[in-house]
Amino acid sequence: MKRLIFLAPIAFFGLLIAAFAAGLGRDPTKLPSTLIDKPLPSFDLPAVRPGDAGLKSSDGAGQPHLLNVFASWCVSCRVEHPVLLQLKAQGVPIDGLDWKDEPTDGAKYLVDQGDPYRLAGNDRTGRAGIDLGVAGVPETFVVDSRGRVRYKVIGPISPEEWAGAIKPLMERLRAQG
Amino acid sequence: MRRSVIALLAVLALAGPARAVLPGEQLADPRLEARARAIGAHLRCLVCQNQSIDDSDAALAGDLRVILRERLLAGDTDRQAVDFIVKRYGHYVLLKPPFEPETLLLWLGPALVLVGGGVWVALMAKARSGPIAPTPALTPEEREQLAQRLDAESAS
Repeated sequence: MKRLIFLAPIAFFGLLIAAFAAGLGRDPTKLPSTLIDKPLPSFDLPAVRPGDAGLKSSDGAGQPHLLNVFASWCVSCRVEHPVLLQLKAQGVPIDGLDWKDEPTDGAKYLVDQGDPYRLAGNDRTGRAGIDLGVAGVPETFVVDSRGRVRYKVIGPISPEEWAGAIKPLMERLRAQG
Repeated sequence: MRRSVIALLAVLALAGPARAVLPGEQLADPRLEARARAIGAHLRCLVCQNQSIDDSDAALAGDLRVILRERLLAGDTDRQAVDFIVKRYGHYVLLKPPFEPETLLLWLGPALVLVGGGVWVALMAKARSGPIAPTPALTPEEREQLAQRLDAESAS
């Protein structure tokens, strides 16, 4: 018993080391969203594509979909773009929110890089993005058929995260209707 | 030469830490602006995460400074203005975390470690300071051996 007491600080030190080691591997830019299971904040954005309808927060209601926040000036968005185009080809509905960007730049980006979006809105001032808690682009929200946020991806969607987390979630949401 | 060095040092001493708050963002009312500065210094920039929004040149920090000032102009209390931003970005934006159930360990952890360490030290000290067991008396054989050795030593 006495020997155990002697070991207590060493065990405690070991626990601390384990906690710090686990913390080292975490990415500090991946913040939990405050919107999970809450409805999308309301926004009504003008079109990115000329002659288009733009994007309202109520638009996606009715079926589970992705809301992808992007910008023409964002480098990681270009990395993510081919993945979005693939998802569109698979029939995944994706809405685009062009954050802190000139509408003409956003439109040109979609012409140059391909257009994966069902609807696309321009958030020139960045206010709609800030209401969504966007800290950087790209970020992607999984929105259910009732317009509630169910999941948030920070940074480019990787094929692994799509297959491992987002796709199963969207299938579940579709099954719930 | 000496004068210019002293002048340079004086200028450097007067220079405060650089703030990223832009002139166009500042409010005309110095009291509101002072409140905005006091709040902004404790809000974390989401882009350069160890800077406050007042210190950061990131575009998002600028937007948050403007939003903060809009809230104050709209008549928000300091608390309401901070809550407006916390609602969007979570408690992470507060450079000083609030004292709440989920931050109890953070705030009380050091005290717990201190108390735990104190208890441990007390236990160890008590274990050591116990009464020393009396030394058993020498057996007849040991007595015999001792006498022999002493004799051998005095003979040499």
